[in-house]
Amino acid sequence: MLRFLLGRLAILIPTFLGVSLIAFSFIRMLPGDPVMLMSGERVMSEERHAAIMHDLGLDRPMPVQYLNYLTDVLSGDLGTSIVTKRPVLGEFLSLFPATLELSLCAIILAVVLGVPAGVFAAVKRGTWFDQSIMGVALVGYSMPIFWWGLLLIIFFSGYLQWTPVSGRISLMYFFPPVTGFMLIDSLLSGQPGAFRSAFSYLILPTIVLGTIPLAVIARQTRSAMLEVLGEDYVRTARSKGLSPLRVVGVHALRNALIPVITTIGLQVGVLLAGAILTETIFSWPGIGKWMVDAVFKRDYAVVQGGLLLIAGVIMLVNLAVDITYGFINPRIRH
Amino acid sequence: MSTVTASPKKTGHPSALAEFWHYFSRNKGAVIGLAIFIVILVVAILAPLFAPHSPSEQNREALLLVPSWMEGGNSSYLLGTDAVGRDILSRLIYGARFSLFIGLVVVTLSVISGVLVGLVAGYFGGRTDIVIMRIMDIILAFPSLLLALVLVAVLGPGLLNAMIAISLVNQPHFVRLTRASVLAEREKEYVVASKVAGAGTMRIMFLTILPNCLGPLIVQATLAFSAAILDAAALGFLGMGAQPPTPEWGTMLAEAREFIQRAPWVVTFPGLAILITVLAINLMGDGLRDALDPKLKRS
Repeated sequence: MLRFLLGRLAILIPTFLGVSLIAFSFIRMLPGDPVMLMSGERVMSEERHAAIMHDLGLDRPMPVQYLNYLTDVLSGDLGTSIVTKRPVLGEFLSLFPATLELSLCAIILAVVLGVPAGVFAAVKRGTWFDQSIMGVALVGYSMPIFWWGLLLIIFFSGYLQWTPVSGRISLMYFFPPVTGFMLIDSLLSGQPGAFRSAFSYLILPTIVLGTIPLAVIARQTRSAMLEVLGEDYVRTARSKGLSPLRVVGVHALRNALIPVITTIGLQVGVLLAGAILTETIFSWPGIGKWMVDAVFKRDYAVVQGGLLLIAGVIMLVNLAVDITYGFINPRIRH
Repeated sequence: MSTVTASPKKTGHPSALAEFWHYFSRNKGAVIGLAIFIVILVVAILAPLFAPHSPSEQNREALLLVPSWMEGGNSSYLLGTDAVGRDILSRLIYGARFSLFIGLVVVTLSVISGVLVGLVAGYFGGRTDIVIMRIMDIILAFPSLLLALVLVAVLGPGLLNAMIAISLVNQPHFVRLTRASVLAEREKEYVVASKVAGAGTMRIMFLTILPNCLGPLIVQATLAFSAAILDAAALGFLGMGAQPPTPEWGTMLAEAREFIQRAPWVVTFPGLAILITVLAINLMGDGLRDALDPKLKRS
């Protein structure tokens, strides 16, 4: 098992180097002078230009520049935002909990509803129950979530006035962030109604972000279950006289979950891509909105740093998925 | 696709196409999806014939007109007009052209490259496999929409750049899928038998193994087609895809966002068009899976 873990970690290193190379080249691929782009200044004297160029290390050979960049990144220096003049890493860390909270809620919603829905659909294959679940799942899977979000706002926030439109919590409440998770912080603050408020702000974004993962997980669980239910060992388990619940819940589901876990892992990319849209619609102060704003404001330092950090997060989650995979399916380890 | 069934020499065996249709048509949803898709395709190709107005024609007398069946509607503007008095129906009809074109280009690019690379990685294994899969890991480490956004920041907003980015991020899925199926099939008896019988590498890769991996690939291709439409619309919505006044559905939604409370129909119809198109393609994908996956057929 240790060898398996080390092997996975060894794979991560070249991937990380590749990702950092892409983030590094990004600034240099942009049309225009990198000195002007990185300093955010439009007009400058030749001396100042040369000075900034030297400061940024842009006058050195490319491989040296890349090595310097890599050293900076590994020591936690991802540059400074051109717009806010704050360190990129600091901005990322202050905004990431908002995205993490939203994504976790979305994936929990998706797994809690999606796995049972898929299992039941597979067991009741061909019935109206199966057909309606899969019909709803397909509509969810086909949903343009930015439109879905707008529709929910029109109905729940506009027409019914049940939920707020944007932000993380009502402006009435203020408390210092402890965990960065609004649901937990609002409880810790002890202010009456704060948790309720945070929850009401979270509910629509969670539904919007969770819709596609939910549909994908339900569909994937169903098809994995169908495949497994036809296997010999399931027939053996049935003929041994085990209860249907045990056959489906233990013998079949355990094996069916292997591809489902990969699917859940792949949803992290989907979630972060979805966060870009969801956070834009609901003005959710997370890294998705941060990146979109950075692209619009031409804050290239943020785009470069954000690209690397988001890719890093996805790589770590994929590593976790791989390791889980190894635990569940011993065949993979060798 | 005809490689799935043996050549029909004997009498009594249905042709590959007939067999395909037999299984495909058993799935009612798939037939409905196909019908909707054909309608959208025809409407898109013959857009000038179907559209009652030009997509860019502005009628200053009819700004934000409600759909014709609502009170105050005008029968000449079936789905109402947008903020500058353009006919929404006509813009949706022309918009279908963009969406289908995007889907077609992205799927063609990513399937061809992905399957080739995946076959090579899975069949040859070893160092080739490692290098290919590491490169795919690097691409997969970025969320598709984020990479597209950043590429757009480099190359400038537009449909072409969006399509390049979306193809690039779709391709690893085909590589992984092909490779995984090849790895699963490579050691099976029929492949070993074919090898023992003296079949060459190319024959084993393309004629023996590939047909048995086609089921999931076709499903993935249809999913990629619809995902490309969704991603391109999302980019348009963020203001980074097709630029106004292009009647692309996502771009139309972006323009309509500020009228969300005053004129909900301006927001509703473009999104509905995206949903119906994507849903039709996904329904077809499910039918294709049922018809082409030999494992599902027998169960």
